[in-house]
Amino acid sequence: MTVIETPPGAAARRRWSPARIWTVAGAVTVVACVWFFYAWNGAQTTAVLSGTVRAATLLVLGAMCGMLGERSGIVNIGIEGQFLMSAFAAFTVASVVGSLAAGVVAGVAAGLAMGWLLAAMSIGLRTDQIIAGTVLNIAALGLTSFFYDRGRSLGQLKYQAIELGPLADLPVVGRALFNRPPLTYLALVLVVVLHVMLLRSVWGMRTTAIGEHPGAAATVGVDVIRLRYLNVTLAGGLAGLGGAYLALEAVGTFSRAMSGGRGFLALAVMIFGRRTPLGAYAAALFFGFTTALQNQFQLNDTFDIPAQFVGMLPFVVTIIVVAAAGLFGHMRDPAALGQPYEVR
Amino acid sequence: MAASSADAVQPESVAAAAQREPEVLLAGRGITKRFGAVVANDDVSVELRPGRILALLGENGAGKSTLVNVLFGLHRPDAGEVVIADETVQLASPHDAIARGVGMVHQHFQLVPPMSVVRNIVLGAEPHRLGMVDLAQARRRVLELSERFGLHVDPDAAVEDLPVGAQQRVEILKALYRDARVLIADEPTAVLTPQETDHLLGVLRGLTADGVGIVFITHKLREVMASADDIVVLRNGRVVGATTPAQTSEAALAEMMVGREVDLSGDRIQSGVVAVGGPIAAAAATPESESAGTQSLADEPCDDARRIVLDIRSLCADDDRAQRAVDELSLAVRAGEIVGVAGVEGNGQRELVEAITGLRHITGGSVTISGQDTSGARPRRVAVIGVGHIPEDRAKHGLIGSYSVSDNSVLNRYFRRPFSAAGMLRRDRIDAHAQDVVTTFDVRTPSVHTPADSLSGGNKQKLIVGREFSDDIDLLIAAQPTRGIDIGAIEFIWRRIRGRRDEGTGVLLVSAELDEVMALSDRVAVMYEGRIVAMVDPVTTTREQIGLLMAGATPAVAATGS
Repeated sequence: MTVIETPPGAAARRRWSPARIWTVAGAVTVVACVWFFYAWNGAQTTAVLSGTVRAATLLVLGAMCGMLGERSGIVNIGIEGQFLMSAFAAFTVASVVGSLAAGVVAGVAAGLAMGWLLAAMSIGLRTDQIIAGTVLNIAALGLTSFFYDRGRSLGQLKYQAIELGPLADLPVVGRALFNRPPLTYLALVLVVVLHVMLLRSVWGMRTTAIGEHPGAAATVGVDVIRLRYLNVTLAGGLAGLGGAYLALEAVGTFSRAMSGGRGFLALAVMIFGRRTPLGAYAAALFFGFTTALQNQFQLNDTFDIPAQFVGMLPFVVTIIVVAAAGLFGHMRDPAALGQPYEVR
Repeated sequence: MAASSADAVQPESVAAAAQREPEVLLAGRGITKRFGAVVANDDVSVELRPGRILALLGENGAGKSTLVNVLFGLHRPDAGEVVIADETVQLASPHDAIARGVGMVHQHFQLVPPMSVVRNIVLGAEPHRLGMVDLAQARRRVLELSERFGLHVDPDAAVEDLPVGAQQRVEILKALYRDARVLIADEPTAVLTPQETDHLLGVLRGLTADGVGIVFITHKLREVMASADDIVVLRNGRVVGATTPAQTSEAALAEMMVGREVDLSGDRIQSGVVAVGGPIAAAAATPESESAGTQSLADEPCDDARRIVLDIRSLCADDDRAQRAVDELSLAVRAGEIVGVAGVEGNGQRELVEAITGLRHITGGSVTISGQDTSGARPRRVAVIGVGHIPEDRAKHGLIGSYSVSDNSVLNRYFRRPFSAAGMLRRDRIDAHAQDVVTTFDVRTPSVHTPADSLSGGNKQKLIVGREFSDDIDLLIAAQPTRGIDIGAIEFIWRRIRGRRDEGTGVLLVSAELDEVMALSDRVAVMYEGRIVAMVDPVTTTREQIGLLMAGATPAVAATGS
């Protein structure tokens, strides 16, 4: 018997899997359709693409929050609450201090605090993780509704778009991707950075290990509890950035229950994106697209049916897509997902 | 966070360590460890010197695992001291032991299934640059180690895709990658074929040439005699003997382990059943003819006209991951014979048993029990037509731990008279029955109202056997009936199974212990990748031949023994 000599990177050159072929075929179709519509009606296509990126930013931040937890073995269904609490904190601080940057810091801090709270319940106290997440959602809704001051306003403009020089003048994607407010750029950078970190870094490898087989990780000296705390708390920070984005960049104010179910949609995005940041971004763009399309339909009164039905579009698509994804790509959860870890 | 642990791994340190060889690699001196009222280790002393293989021998519960867990830093001793490389040390956790060059090959592999071999080996001590894992360097190092010690494994394969033997090599490489000078292996051969076992023992021997010391836990006397330099026998938490293979014999070791004479010899009184043909003559059941699918052993001409109690034809079933695990398998069991199924674990044995007993959907073929078609029948129907089932995992499927011994003794019949009437349980009848089982089957329990959880493994198993045997059964399905129990209980259960056979029950015995299959069976069916690849006579076939079949060799090759 001899060692099978395979050069590094051989895995990447393996034959294309059906899933990959589907992905590429889907991407090609999307690009072709966008070009077609852009040629047909440039202004509206640009508006839809801008709306797509706007909706996708919040979703991908939530999805990254979810995957950081799930890859470490912790289910987080409290993203909705984390969004809401940090949107409230960001809005309130920004309006009191009069600085959007201070608002963002407050939003991220609130997210980190919510993340830590989830970690303390599900890791420290070994509470059922679904219950812990539900606690976050209910607490956030109750607290923000109670303390919300209807009369308060931001007192300034929300974050405005920054043109990235000639990039912004590119056809089709120029306005949608390179003429955005700052938090959108930050989110895009985070997507790439987190993707590389999760798949390549020592931290990412250990994170995968504690989500799949924490006992094995512990026997080689990885501090499972500490790493889970760290990841779930940091994940809260990502959701916190999402909340700040929602209040200070996407909308420019706070309103009761303004996260509107997007924290749950983010979980669908995460699963559809196979728990990788780039995958999640692709999924977020898809879900964002349905939202933007629906908005455009409503604005133009495209269909002669009640607005509520048009408004259902993103959610109907979500159901179909998630069901179809289950039929096609069989995706396995991290083996230790949802299981509290106990130090022997 | 990676910075601290990763720098420790440098090839130079091996050479450095070899130069100043310590006299004692690892030792426990006067180790006492209590768990509540139970004394797991009582003043135990062992010593391992460089280049030697120390076998820790003992029954389950004798304190072997506790001892190595103390030596590895998983438990802290109540008294006594641990010595590593001539130094008395206080181990707060396994990391302290690992840092001092002690590696452990766990019985349940501590590997992350979806991750690659290389990643698993370096996890926790990753070579890295700017926080990124340096996979190229890790891979080089792994290939180097695997070449040097003959531990061949594809570095890029996902661990979950590897056979058990290869996963074990990954575990060993993991320890070697961390520059282990001492390797503790907890029951390393339990999951291996005889050939894989030989290979492993060869690898361990090769490591000792490098000055590595090995502590090897087992209850298999053969392996101890073949490979150990020193033997320490534990019983009830104490050292009852320290010897060497040259000074002892298998019989003497067995006696030391149990504290009395034991008889685990074949004792195969042929109850009128003559196994089909010569040694490997069941080449009648070679893969070729099996794949035809329709041919069952029942169709073969046979001198014996005994009633067929279990007739399986072209049975197919999937495993939990929806992969075919039982593949067009045909097999027959006659009344009054024990058919043993030998095979490395994970070749479809579990799925076969579950498919027969109604616990798993079948995707093709048929099962006939005592003339009744039970293909796809529910478990209760299979049970009530006269099938006893000793399940593989007694804690999970054999007993309900929080229920009393009494309730557990009627799990298969509580819904019938005399144990219930008009939908109400009759406690007095149930308790009386339980008392009967406890007495007849020597179940050691304070009372029949004790929760089953608090019984020892052997007593749990005797309770299950008692329950399954107390009805009239035509067929007994026994899956791993003696796994993890002490020799005394093994002897008892073997005797009971033989007794049933002699009373005319057909027995299908599935066991990962080849010794058990060979000692009990009248015919041995070798299972490989979901099929019966050969039916052999255990009297005229050697362990080695069966081992080759278990590893997937064709019967013709196995017969020539090459």
